[in-house]
Amino acid sequence: MTGYREVLERVSAVGGIRGTMLVAAADGIVVAESLMDGIDGRAVAALTASLVGRLRRTTASAGLQAPTVMHLRAENGSVLAVPAAGDLLIVAVTERGANLGLARLEMLDAARQVA
Amino acid sequence: MSDPIRAMTAELAAEPGSLVFLDLAELLRRRGQLAAALKVAASGVARYPTLADAHDLRARIHSDLGDSEAAFDAWMDALELDPSHVGAHKGLGFLYFRAHDPVRALRHLETALTRSDDPGLHAAIARVRAAVTEADQAPPIDDEPPPAEGAVRAMAGDLPFSLVEGPASSATPSDSDLFAGFEGARDGLLLLDAQGMRLGGGLRDADGADVADAVAAHLAGVSREAARTARLLELGAWASVSAECGDGNLHLCAPTAEAVLLTVRDSSIPAGRLALLADRAAAAARRWLGGTA
Repeated sequence: MTGYREVLERVSAVGGIRGTMLVAAADGIVVAESLMDGIDGRAVAALTASLVGRLRRTTASAGLQAPTVMHLRAENGSVLAVPAAGDLLIVAVTERGANLGLARLEMLDAARQVA
Repeated sequence: MSDPIRAMTAELAAEPGSLVFLDLAELLRRRGQLAAALKVAASGVARYPTLADAHDLRARIHSDLGDSEAAFDAWMDALELDPSHVGAHKGLGFLYFRAHDPVRALRHLETALTRSDDPGLHAAIARVRAAVTEADQAPPIDDEPPPAEGAVRAMAGDLPFSLVEGPASSATPSDSDLFAGFEGARDGLLLLDAQGMRLGGGLRDADGADVADAVAAHLAGVSREAARTARLLELGAWASVSAECGDGNLHLCAPTAEAVLLTVRDSSIPAGRLALLADRAAAAARRWLGGTA
């Protein structure tokens, strides 16, 4: 678990990220988290897992491979999700104006470290 | 909601993998509830993409809606799965006849007749034969092979839908105006209403198969889920959802509160550029929706 926390904290160090989590994609359960105060980790996990599940079904219907990066952009911030081994998801919640490009790269790198 | 529909809806909800969707969509179609019928059929096709009867059902609903082009595509899909599918041959015969191509219409109807003894089919063939004779273009039909798998796709480009009478003739041009000038206007841009019903555009997979309805069946749920996630995480209104896949990228946004736009491109178009393309297409969709309101 400590290993997971270290991986998540590296992602959380990117400017504008409010928190990162490792989530079980199948049931939306929190596996590990590194969150700022004020973020409900269980809600993030459940909602993101559900959205990713729907997106996977959508891309499959479109004849596309499974998503490697998912990005929900909203008025005041974003949610990013990257699949990792073991049907896990690396999830990040960001502020508006966060460095999404760097966050994306760090998350992809984190996903490779989660085995 | 009447009892048989309620019962079948409950059965489908309890067992989403049930084939009862075929009966439910057909009953809804017969009762004129075409939007609901199409939604049920599209979900069924998404679950059973290799079931020719499901594509045939979807085609009949599209035909009832006046969308001859979508009906044609769906019947072609059915024939690719089952080259002797009676319903698909009858449907294509009907479409070709309406498109003033009695020769092809006759070919399909006669193929259907080899598998069905439907009295209505005999009457339809007699009518089409008369049209062929009138047009003085009767070919030796018996020498014409039935459309073979693979060949049916080639015929798609020959169908003059602009000649189709009825609702399709007014619907098709306005649809073609929607994304005019945009790359992927017919195979990579899909505009839906909030219930996941196709408003315009189209979507095809890498093999050229029409996947618009199958994808549409999921998108209303994605947009609702995105809105709910953004709201509950106190991020404000959702603006877009994007997915990067190994072989392509997908971008979903809402041009208006009642519409959802999907933009799909292969992976040579990076996600950021795809978002810019989607913004332009969303502006076009807003203009189009305003013009059709």
